[in-house]
Amino acid sequence: MAGLATTFGSGAMTNSINEIENAQVMLVIGSNTSEAHPQVARRIFAAMDRGARLIVVDPRRTLMAKRADIHLALRPGTDIPLLNAMMRIILDDNLADDLFIEMRTENFYGLRDMLFRIDLDETARITGVELAGIRAAARLYGRAQKAVICYCLGITQHVCGTGNVQAIANLAMLTGNVEKEDTGVDPLRGQNNVQGACDMGALPNVFPSYQQVDIDDFREKFERAWHVPLPSQPGLTLMEMTHGGKDGPLKAMFIMGENPMLSDPVIARVRETLDNLEFLLVADIFLTETAARAHVVLPAASFAEKTGTFTNSERRVQMVRRVIPPLGQSRTDADIIMELSGRLGYAMDYESPAEIMEEIAMLAPIYGGMQHDRLENSWGLQWPCWDRSHPGTPFLHKYYFTRGKGRFVPAEYKPPDELPDDDYPFLLITGRIYHQYHTGTMTRRSAQLCREAGEALLQLHPEDGRRLGVRSGDLVRMRSRRGEVQVKAQLTDAVQAGEVYTTFHFSEMPINLLTSSARDHFSQCPEYKICAVHLAKV
Amino acid sequence: MHDILTTCVYCGCGCGVYLHERRGQVVGSSPSRNHPVSRNNLCVKGWHLHEFIHHPDRLTQPLMRKNGRLTPVDWDEAMSYAARELGRIATESDGKAVGLLSSAKCTNEENYLLQKMARAALHTNNIDHCARL
Repeated sequence: MAGLATTFGSGAMTNSINEIENAQVMLVIGSNTSEAHPQVARRIFAAMDRGARLIVVDPRRTLMAKRADIHLALRPGTDIPLLNAMMRIILDDNLADDLFIEMRTENFYGLRDMLFRIDLDETARITGVELAGIRAAARLYGRAQKAVICYCLGITQHVCGTGNVQAIANLAMLTGNVEKEDTGVDPLRGQNNVQGACDMGALPNVFPSYQQVDIDDFREKFERAWHVPLPSQPGLTLMEMTHGGKDGPLKAMFIMGENPMLSDPVIARVRETLDNLEFLLVADIFLTETAARAHVVLPAASFAEKTGTFTNSERRVQMVRRVIPPLGQSRTDADIIMELSGRLGYAMDYESPAEIMEEIAMLAPIYGGMQHDRLENSWGLQWPCWDRSHPGTPFLHKYYFTRGKGRFVPAEYKPPDELPDDDYPFLLITGRIYHQYHTGTMTRRSAQLCREAGEALLQLHPEDGRRLGVRSGDLVRMRSRRGEVQVKAQLTDAVQAGEVYTTFHFSEMPINLLTSSARDHFSQCPEYKICAVHLAKV
Repeated sequence: MHDILTTCVYCGCGCGVYLHERRGQVVGSSPSRNHPVSRNNLCVKGWHLHEFIHHPDRLTQPLMRKNGRLTPVDWDEAMSYAARELGRIATESDGKAVGLLSSAKCTNEENYLLQKMARAALHTNNIDHCARL
C-alpha cells in the first residue's frame, strides 16, 4: 500500500470488481486469483469469454497461468526487472501515452532515464524469462485501450514489495491505464475487512481516513472530538511488536481476533515475545495458538452475532447483520472494548453500531456519507463518499490523482534477502489454497472444507522428487536456518525445479517456523514468498 | 426459519450472502442473487460459511490464567484484572509499553473503537493489524 500511496496518493483498488469484466487486457501478477479471490477470477474468465487477453506473471503454473494467453514464469523476486523491461519495450515501440504523461503525471524523465540504462538481455538472464515473452506481454498491454492490472501478496510480500508496487504503478501511468472505467491498478485485499481496518486507522501512523498522527491539524481535530490529548509519535508496527523478543519494547498486549503465533514469520521469536509479556489479553472466538498463551482470554462473538460494516477490496462498505445473539457468555468486540475503555477511565457510550458509524462519518472524510440507514437500503457504498448526497466512487483518480499528479517513482532491482545456496538448495514460496483460509481457525472447523483439503502439502517438481527419492505422499523433512517441519510431498510440475510451495493454514505444520523475518523497509511487509530450505526424505 | 442478508467473512471480495437461521441456530448459507459481487454465486468457503459458527470449540466464557492454567471466570473478574494490568503498564510507560493488534475480521465500527481506545485511553499509537500478512 505504501507503493500506491507514493505514486497515486491512495492505496486501494482503483476499480470495482465488476469493471474487470469489461477490460481488454488483464495483467495478473503475484496473485493466485482463482484460489484466493474466486469472484475476481470469475470476472477475469468472463472477460476472456468476451475476447479479452490474459497475461499472468507467476513463478508457478497456477490455474490462472494455465488459462493465460501469455504466462511469464519468472524467478521469484524478479518482478521489478521484468516490469522495467516491459516499460522499456513500450517506450521503444512508441506505445506510451504521451498526453496522459504530460497532463497527469510528474517525474517522467526520472523514469525514462532509468529505463534507458536497462540492458534487456541482462533482464532476461535475471528473470529467467525469454525476451520474446516479455516483448509480447509489453505489446499486448501497451496497445490495449482498457487494461487492468491485478496484484496481490505475491507482489507485496518481498523485501522489495514497495518497489514492486511502484513499478506496477509506473507501467499503468506510462500507458495511461488509470483514471478510466474498466482500467486501472487493483491490489486485491486478502481479508474481508483488511481495507476497513486500514481505513479506520488501526495503523500506527494514521487516524481514520489516513490522517497522519504527526500532523498537528489532524491530531488537534481528533483531540477536540475525543476530548483528550493524543500521542503525536507514530507507534510500532505489527512486526516490531511481535518480534521484540525478551527485551522487546512491550510489556502488555491486547490482541483482538488475530493469531500471530501462526501467521507471523519466525514463530519462535513471536513465542519468545509473547511469553515474556507481563500481561497478554486476547479476545477471540476460538482458543487459538495465541490465545492459549494469554493471561486473560475473552470470548468474542462471531460475525453472525453482530451488526456493523465490512469494507471489501473494491472499497465497498456494506452491512453485516446480526442473525443470532452472541453464543453463551460471549460478547461482541465492540461491547468488550466499550467496557474495557470505561474501566480504563475513558468512557465510551454508544447505543448501537449505527451511532459509532455516525462518529466515523464525522471524522473520516472518505466515509463522510456512510451512515447505516444509507447502507441498509443499498448494496453498500464505495469510498470516497464525502457526504449524504454523494453516490460513492466506483473508480478512483478520474481527472486527477488523489495526490494531485501521479508520480513516477523509478524502482530498481533489489535481490531477495535469502536465496538458495549449497546448504539450503531449495527456494520456498508460501501462499494460500482454495479450501482453507488464513490460520485455519474457521475453515479447519468445517468438515466439508477439511474433507477437500485437510492437510498441508508441499508442491515439489517431479525432477527434484526423483533426485531426492521422494514420491507423492512421502513425508519430507524441510529445514531452514530458523526451523524445521515435516510435510507430505505432492509432485507437480506447477512449480519449477528448485522451487517448492506450501501454505500456512495448518497448525500441525507451522510453516512460519521457517520463513524469514526479512521485510520491506517501507511497508514492513515480511518476505513470505522467498526463503531458502533444505529437503530430505524422512 | 428466516434468512438474513449479510456479508461474507472470508476473502476481500465481500460477497452478499444469506444466513439461514432456524431455532436460534445458523444452519446454512446461500448467495444473494442481485448482489453486485456474488451475483448468485459463492465459492466453496462461502457455501460452508455457517459451519464454524456453532462449533463446539467456540469460547463461551472468559478465561483467566490461575496457577499456570486457563480457568473459567466471570466477566467482572476478567475485565477488572485486564483493565488494571493494561492501565498500570500504560500509565507507567506513558503508553510506550502497550501494544494492540486489531483485526481484519472485525467490523469497521470495532476497529474504530479499538484504535480510539488505544489512542485516547491508553495514550499509545502502538496499534496495527495483519494488513501485511
